[in-house]
Amino acid sequence: MTLMSLDAMAASIPDGAMIALPPDNSLPSVALAKALIRRGAKRLRLVGVPISGFATDILIGAGCVEQVETSAVTLGEAGFAPRFSAALKAGKLRILDATCPAMHTMLQATEKGVPFMPLRGLIGSDILANRPDWKVIESPFGTGEKITLLPALNPDVAVFHAVMADSAGNVWVGRRRECATVAHASKRALVTVERVVEGNFLEDERLCPGAINATYISGYAIAERGAHPSALLDEYGFDTQYVMDYARAAKTEAGFAAWCAEHVFGNQAVAAE
Amino acid sequence: MSYRSEELLAVCIARLIRAVPTSHIAVGAASPIPAAACWLCVKQGVPLRLSLLHKRTGNPFTDGSRELFDLTGQGRVDLFFLGGGEIDGQANLNLIGTGDWPGMEVRFPGSFGSAFMYFMAGRTILFREEHSPRVLVDRVAHISAPGVSEPGVYRRGHAQALVTGRCVFHFHPDRGRFSLASIHAGETLESIRAMTGFDFDVADDVGETPAPTEEELALLRGAVCDEMLETYPDFCARVFGRQRAA
Repeated sequence: MTLMSLDAMAASIPDGAMIALPPDNSLPSVALAKALIRRGAKRLRLVGVPISGFATDILIGAGCVEQVETSAVTLGEAGFAPRFSAALKAGKLRILDATCPAMHTMLQATEKGVPFMPLRGLIGSDILANRPDWKVIESPFGTGEKITLLPALNPDVAVFHAVMADSAGNVWVGRRRECATVAHASKRALVTVERVVEGNFLEDERLCPGAINATYISGYAIAERGAHPSALLDEYGFDTQYVMDYARAAKTEAGFAAWCAEHVFGNQAVAAE
Repeated sequence: MSYRSEELLAVCIARLIRAVPTSHIAVGAASPIPAAACWLCVKQGVPLRLSLLHKRTGNPFTDGSRELFDLTGQGRVDLFFLGGGEIDGQANLNLIGTGDWPGMEVRFPGSFGSAFMYFMAGRTILFREEHSPRVLVDRVAHISAPGVSEPGVYRRGHAQALVTGRCVFHFHPDRGRFSLASIHAGETLESIRAMTGFDFDVADDVGETPAPTEEELALLRGAVCDEMLETYPDFCARVFGRQRAA
């Protein structure tokens, strides 16, 4: 685990990387998504854990994304994700549709170091019909049950925003344990944090259940309000108005470009502090 | 006593909840009406455990967002709610979109957990306020989650009912069809048929959906609203005329 700058973190993610991103209720690093737009990242393959939100839509709008594998792309109360919908319709984006527990299961297979895991449900869904990489078998345990096997998913980078890092490079995400799953299942985890504090979360019985061991963290960067407009646990709430304003602006490509110039490039000096 | 459509729908759903023994309900959909129905049951004294996924504080899961699916897989969730951009007469749900795969005409957000939850929850109440031929279709363009499953596929539960802004349908997984169970005030069998894109059966005892009682309305506007203010402030302001204290 290395303390790095936000821009250095963005620069360390190569074009074409597979990036796992949590959705708006689960500590996305919007700060790093914006930094990736500023560095002009290309052909990213985003993975929704298990769905995708605001950060995914702005990366798509900025032309950084080639593929999204997810169970939904949504701005929640602000409605459909406008740049996602537009890119899909224009044929500029590939989507691999999944269902939430399938995303978790594929990541958990990697966590356990096994090549695949079974999941019930799915059979009879067109999601399965459009996933040649998912295989239906009959249970080998003699029950005759048909069940789907999902391949282990091993993203190149897990990206999320934690409340804090400690002196040892452990990060603290509270109850959002899916951030731990995605850190465990990815080749690297790059984490933005509000602050760095003295001490070691693993020595504290109250904090350790919400911590992710530095073993899994490749780098962390300080980005104050780095989840904004998403909420960060009890630190700050979801900025509904900001996302509503974005949804309105991003209905058109020109509207998105203007939004991006103001909110991604205009804020560069602040974000790099 | 006058009431709003949202209040009638919450009361309808609450009656469907109480009709079957239920101990644990997970509410994941963004719509606040099923959440209001669950709280109404609680305030009426039904001993229910509610796991509200959209609750801003006190989220019920401590093992990550997979925990909902893991415990539903085990059979610990008796009831879940789903909707759909399209719902057909076999209770298939489409949350993908219309036109060619993957929704090249109108793309909906995506399937969320439906392709698992619909199979693995003890039962599902389908809820969609818009009741029109574009939503209630003969055959969905794409199946996010199927209404019935072939033999050999593990399936714990099915749709119990479909509640819309015009009526309540019950679902019969044995024959894969809906039957009209009650019609909301202002609608007729003919108006329901005209606005429904799929064929359905009509229950022998179909009648008007009972209006909310004064006791139900008082609970909705009082104790239920109190529970919902944090998560659904806009809904509480619009339906119950209540603002959250600053």
